[in-house]
Formats: sequence, C-alpha cells, structure tokens
Amino acid sequence: VWGVRAYLLLVTMWVRVSMTYRASFVMMTTANFVLTGLDFAAIVVMFANVDELGGFGIGEIAFLYGGTTLSIGIADLLLGNIERIGARIRLGTFDAMMVRPVPLYAQACADEFTLRRFGRILQGLFVMVWSLLVVDVDWTVSRVLMLPYLVLFGTLIFVALFTMGAAFQFWSQDSSEAANAFTYGGTTITQYPLTIYPQQVVMVLTFVVPVAFVNWYPSLYVLDRPDPLGLPGWFQFASPVAAMVLCGLAALAWRTGVRRYRSAGS
Amino acid sequence: MLYVAVAVRAFRRYSTYTAATLAGIFTNSVFGVIISFTYLAVWHESPKAGGYDATDAVTFAWIAQAMIMTIAIWGGGTTDDLAERIRTGDVAVDLYRPVSFLGWWLAGDIGRAAYHLLTRGLAPTVVGALLFDLRFPSSAVTWLAFGGSVLLALLVSFSLRLLVAASAFWLLDQRGVQNLAMVFAVFFSGLVVPLVLFPTWSRALVMALPWAAFVQVPADIWLGQRSGTEVLWGLAFQAVWAVALLTVGRLVLGVAHRRIVVQGG
Repeated sequence: VWGVRAYLLLVTMWVRVSMTYRASFVMMTTANFVLTGLDFAAIVVMFANVDELGGFGIGEIAFLYGGTTLSIGIADLLLGNIERIGARIRLGTFDAMMVRPVPLYAQACADEFTLRRFGRILQGLFVMVWSLLVVDVDWTVSRVLMLPYLVLFGTLIFVALFTMGAAFQFWSQDSSEAANAFTYGGTTITQYPLTIYPQQVVMVLTFVVPVAFVNWYPSLYVLDRPDPLGLPGWFQFASPVAAMVLCGLAALAWRTGVRRYRSAGS
Repeated sequence: MLYVAVAVRAFRRYSTYTAATLAGIFTNSVFGVIISFTYLAVWHESPKAGGYDATDAVTFAWIAQAMIMTIAIWGGGTTDDLAERIRTGDVAVDLYRPVSFLGWWLAGDIGRAAYHLLTRGLAPTVVGALLFDLRFPSSAVTWLAFGGSVLLALLVSFSLRLLVAASAFWLLDQRGVQNLAMVFAVFFSGLVVPLVLFPTWSRALVMALPWAAFVQVPADIWLGQRSGTEVLWGLAFQAVWAVALLTVGRLVLGVAHRRIVVQGG
C-alpha cells in the first residue's frame, strides 16, 4: 500500500537525520534503555522487602512486565510521536502536512521517528527472556504460540490508544499529556498482576479501557493461573477482539478529528 | 523588587495553558492511583517495610506525584529556556543585562514552581485524599518545615538543572545530558519507589545523594518520620546540597561566560 511505503520512506529519512548527531543518539538510546528499565528496577527494590505481590512471584511479574513493555515499546517506536499533532496544529505546520500527497496518518506516525525507542524494546526483551528462564511453565505448542500472539495484539491495543490520544488533540491541542494516562499509565498498571487492584478497577481495565488484554489475560493462560474475576476461559484468547474494537474506534476518532479540523485562517 | 516581578510573570506565563494543566492533573492523579495500589500490595505483604505503614506509603505516593512538576523532577522549567538560549546564542543578550544571571533564571523558576505547586501539586493531592486514607501533618510547625523543605528541594533541583543546561555551552545540545540526568533524578528521588525500601546496604548511600532532597526528605517531614532535631538535620542536608551545587553552578557559568564569543565582538 502507498501509505505503508510512504511511512517507510519517511522513517528512513528521520533515521538518517538522527544519525547526524551520533554521540547524542547513542546517549539518548542508552538513556531510553535505562530510564524505561527503572520501572523494573523499582519492582526489584520492592522484592527486596517482599516475596510476592498479589500472589505472584518476581519471575511471573517479570513475564507480565516484559509482555506489556514489549507491546508499548513497539507501538511507541512505530508511532510514538503522533502526539506531536497538537503542537503541529498550534504551530500551523499541520496545514503543510495536509497538502502533501502522502496519507496524513502515515506522516503523523512517522513524525520525527527515532530509533532510540529501541531502548525500551530491548529492555522489555531482556526482562521477558529472563522471566522465561526462571518461571516454571508447562510448555505446550499453544503456550509458545501465545507469546507472539500476546505481543502482536498488545502492540495493536497501544497503537489504538496512541491514535485516540492524538485524535483527541483535534478538540484540545494542549492536552497531549492526558493521553499519557492511558498509554504510559496503561503499561504501568499492567506491569503488575491485576490481583493487586480492586475488582471494580479490573472490570474497568477489561471492559472500558481494555489494557488488561495487552498481557493479563494471555499471561493467565501461559502461567496457568485462575482468573480472579472468574470470567469464561475464552477471555484469555480474546485480545484480538479488544484490539480490533479499539482500532476501529481509533480510526473513527482520527477521521472525525481530521474532518473537523479547521485551519487558524483568521 | 525586580526578582519578584520576574517570578510573578513566570507564574502568569505558565498559568496561560489551562487545558495542559488540567490534562496534567488528570495524568498525575491516574498515576497516583496506580502507584498507591502497588504500594498497598507491598505493605500488605510486609506491613512495616522501610519503617512506613500502609498509610505512610500511600501518602508518599501522592506527595511524590505533587512534587513531579513543582520540583521539575523530570527536568524542564526555566532551565530549558536557558539551554535553548545558549544553543541559539541569545544568551549573549542575557549576559549584559544589569541583573544577576543566576538570580534572573532562579526567580523565573520559583514563579513557575509556585504555579505548579498550587495546581499540579495541590489538585492531585485532593484527589488522593478523597480516594485513599492519607496522613496529614498535625502541627503548624510541621507544615512550616514542609514548606521550607519544598523550597530547598526546588533550589537543589534548580541548581542540578542549571548545570545540565550549562552543558549546552560546550555540547550545544543539552538533550543527551538531560536524559541521563533524568535517569538519576527519577530513580534516586524516590519517585518510582520510596528510598526507604532500598536494600540496607545501599540505603545510606541513596539517602546521601542530592536527589534524596527532592521527595524523600520533604515526605519524611510531612509524615512525621522525621521529628524534632531530625527535621532540622533534614533541612540542613538539603541546604548543604543547595549551597554546594549553586556554588558549582556559579563557577561553571563563570568559566562558560569566558568561552562565549559574540559575533564581531
């Protein structure tokens, strides 16, 4: 598709740009790796004081953490700068994007694409691999297949959340930070077993802001844990449903936002 | 008074972006809730971890959220403007203004911090108090000590951010250094996990680092974990770091000023 090709071309351009300042690039990738890893360091510090959280040991929490970190890491790499749309609207450079013969969404996603976001992905991968070495899982073919399945649909859920957050800025340009509550908040909340939250919160995370489908339900299957809410077993495989619904809503929000957009043109 | 005027205008400048402030308050509150539940899980397993009880821990989570923007733990504030002016060279104009260079930028940052304290500090704390059982200082002296401690925390944070911004005199681009500085500030301030939870072998060290002045010391005063002379020791600890880092900042700026070459000058 032309949109994907345009996206890749833009991405290549931005990567070349960032390679101009190699020292700064290396420093920022390292910082990204360490900074996003601090969340796991915090969990390790907590485990200096406790043996388990919400009935889960550190190995299992590392698995949850790895799943959500990989998902948001890939989504963030692909379109993390879509949140700059508000700033673009304010500065008026959004108009320039609209007249280019390139799909708007591809441009918005590729905006200032930066490879330093690999830092988070790499860090999530490390934690994930470590957890697979220490947790005791009864591996079957379907459990192994669950791993790429988890990351794929987890990523799609975060892609949808990033898009919705950006679309919201067509209504309110200064409020890009509110989206962080759903994206980065969503990943923080799912770094821990959802058993530590009250059941009402878990219901919200399942049916309203369905970030529980990023890693929680698939992980229950892999780790062979009972669902504390007692929901039917197919919920553990229902991530694609949540991802598709969210992506549909995100597409709708984005289109409505773009259509609603009126240039400053005073 | 000139510096007061600068501070007042910085306050007004930040207060222009109401939607951004509301969005920020929302996000701080969401994170406050998430972190409160994780701390509750920790203190459920180990009710006296780090000498805190569960109420102390949850209160700590909300104090930390309130401090993020007030102290500018993630970076930002007027020092970002300074770094940008160093990069573009506009800083040359600032240098021949008949005011103290340090005082000018510090006054602006104090005005900014006052605005963020009243909005992104106060509002999430109210949300936290409505949702959770929090602990509040009981005596006026404690409130006063907490206020002083926050001011000192701001001074320590400002001087560290000033040093990061000053690195632009040599590197032009402060972002790499800023990112690394952020790593230390976020982890060693107690923002992601209270410093009292650190394993015993490392606790004395992290408590002595300047970032402990950001959240841990003010929070311990608020919670009554420090009482009597311990409060004074806490304030003295912050003051020593503030004075030391501001002095270093002055020296670095002095060296940097000599490096500046104004076009045609």
